[in-house]
Amino acid sequence: MIVAEQKPFEQIFNSVKNYENIMVLGCGTCVTVCMAGGEHEVGVLTKQLILAAKQNNVNLNVEELTITRQCDKEFFDENTTNKIKEADAVLSLGCGVGVQYIVELFPDMIVKPGVNTKFLGANISQGLWSERCGGCGECVLDEYEGICPVARCAKSLMNGPCGGSSNGMCEVDPENIECAGQLIYDRFKRLNKLETLLEFKPAKNWSLSRDGGPRRVAREEMMFDDE
Amino acid sequence: MDKNKTSSDSHLEQVLYSGEFTLTGELGPPKSADKNDIIEKAKSLKGYVDASNITDNQTAIARMSSIASGVISLEQGLEPVIQITTRDRNRLAIQSDVLGAAALGIKNILCLSGDHQSFGNHPTAKNVFDIDSIQLINMLYKMREEQQFECGDMIRNGKKGPVVEPKIFIGAAANPFAEPLDFRVMRLEKKIRAGADFIQTQVIYDMDRFKQWMEEVKQKDLHKKVYILAGITPLKSARMAKYMKDNVSGISFTGDIIERMEKAEDQKAEGIQIALEQIEEIKSMEGVHGVHLMAIGGEKSVPDIVEKAGLMPRPSVKEMKT
Amino acid sequence: MEGKEPKIIAFCCHYCAFTAADLAGTMRQQYPTNIHIVRLPCTGKVHVNMLLQAFVDQADGVIVAGCEIGSCHFLEGNTRARKRVALAKQKLEEAGVDPEKLDMYYIPASEGQLFAKTAHEFTERIKRLNENKKEQPGITNSK
Ligand code: SF4
Ligand code: SF4
Repeated sequence: MIVAEQKPFEQIFNSVKNYENIMVLGCGTCVTVCMAGGEHEVGVLTKQLILAAKQNNVNLNVEELTITRQCDKEFFDENTTNKIKEADAVLSLGCGVGVQYIVELFPDMIVKPGVNTKFLGANISQGLWSERCGGCGECVLDEYEGICPVARCAKSLMNGPCGGSSNGMCEVDPENIECAGQLIYDRFKRLNKLETLLEFKPAKNWSLSRDGGPRRVAREEMMFDDE
Repeated sequence: MDKNKTSSDSHLEQVLYSGEFTLTGELGPPKSADKNDIIEKAKSLKGYVDASNITDNQTAIARMSSIASGVISLEQGLEPVIQITTRDRNRLAIQSDVLGAAALGIKNILCLSGDHQSFGNHPTAKNVFDIDSIQLINMLYKMREEQQFECGDMIRNGKKGPVVEPKIFIGAAANPFAEPLDFRVMRLEKKIRAGADFIQTQVIYDMDRFKQWMEEVKQKDLHKKVYILAGITPLKSARMAKYMKDNVSGISFTGDIIERMEKAEDQKAEGIQIALEQIEEIKSMEGVHGVHLMAIGGEKSVPDIVEKAGLMPRPSVKEMKT
Repeated sequence: MEGKEPKIIAFCCHYCAFTAADLAGTMRQQYPTNIHIVRLPCTGKVHVNMLLQAFVDQADGVIVAGCEIGSCHFLEGNTRARKRVALAKQKLEEAGVDPEKLDMYYIPASEGQLFAKTAHEFTERIKRLNENKKEQPGITNSK
């Protein structure tokens, strides 16, 4: 999933305080699961904004709503659309995609982000998420037996680990970041195929990642004829 | 690599090829445009080491470029080993730099991934890591041996231009002390296969581990496929030792070294004494072809150490061409 | 605000704090009538949203009262509530509301007296906070 984290409240408040009618819009997908922008977070933030407005003598009407997904047209139903149109600004707790999608659907609307979109990751334990994929466009997990050097090595070393690997941890943050090179090594050892790690991995083709420019996926067979 | 012939005009390669116990030093460029800084450091190392590494934005701190510093060093008659990290430049920039460096007379390049930028003075920078250190080794190898760029194009200026490839003596680093321990020799092998000609190791403060690593290296005959220079840095104080032990990943200490430093009246002298003993021990080790003496900020102490280690005079295999 | 009793919401768990409040009533232990008790099956039911909602709905102070740590009827409800109260305090502070207006207490079922005492003390605290209400706006103007 996409993992996000709420922006500092002060930053959020300052970005919306000059609008009178604010619509806090949550997203029911990734940001709900990582507890950054779902219904509950929308509720808390709404209340915080109301309280802060009162404390600062700012006139702010705050509405709250959470839809299933902010990156799909079909979830912007009539009710949602009307509510958005009534607002002076939307504060989206969706990821960066959601914010932009609302802008695309409502070109006259001011839309502010309420979260910092972090990474593609997994829920490791209650309250802990960790990055797993860098969306590189050409997955090499098959070559690394399911551990991604692109996203999980601080230096994206395809022929790691570097000399900074110690006790299984990465030198960049020995407390919190596992060394991807070590993880790959351990995995290959467990699978009894250490010798294949001797294979030289050539420079990766980054043109399929963001480096090749913003990407799109087009599936002819799914498109409607009239579109 | 083929140790029965040389592949560049590098003085360093000549010395290694001749079988002499070889010495490389290390020179850190200034955090300014002060040319004199390099000139002074180069002067104190010249004649005492066979070549000297020039670091590339070491510990991710912006400094004078390694190639520019290398050229200044060359003018002083000290052969540089340019370090190139893959942190700051992509394959385009690196290859262009390599061509430029070669044109300016640089003959040795050490390939590194580089310290992560979070350690340096621009922690908010974007890193590059388009390629890693092993891919860099291979890129230089391909440039030299196949006269090709990474993309496969020939290294020539147009179809009719002459093929002028950079003849670089290719270096790599090895860390016998990092983890996973039993992968470290495999990693060395990987670097050799990618095209490394010589290896400089991480500084040794754990001779037992280094010996064990060398044993594994010899078992695989890797010492016959690459020149190995053992990393030595004289400790300046017990505090420095403890700091390194606790804060630098991939450095290992045997207990007695720190103890010796702590007990010594003159810690600096003790640090040099330990280094001398290590050099003595390394001299007699099969498969180790020399020492890489890193005394960053202590370039002036190098002549003293080299003399005391009985490694003077340095060989002049042939007049160094600049 | 002068003379007016502050409005206080107390979220009490069924098994301990609410029983204690009940007991205080039967024991004729006086406690301020401005305390509005909301009974919850467990303080584990408390979430940040509802604590802030109470303030939005004009509460002057909010109490969360559960069992003693270690004797939660649902084992961990009160320790979880404790964390959420801490988070809610942080959210209040960010919004410029004095976090002292929210607190968590642990009151065993048998302690009617403790409930009454807590209610008194908390009411006094809120009165005091309201009196020197020259509360600084919590949000500085845009930088
Ligand atoms: S290799 Fe690329 S696509 Fe696959 S997990 Fe890593 S970053 Fe994601
Ligand atoms: S320590 Fe491991 S994860 Fe960190 S940069 Fe080096 S190889 Fe990558």
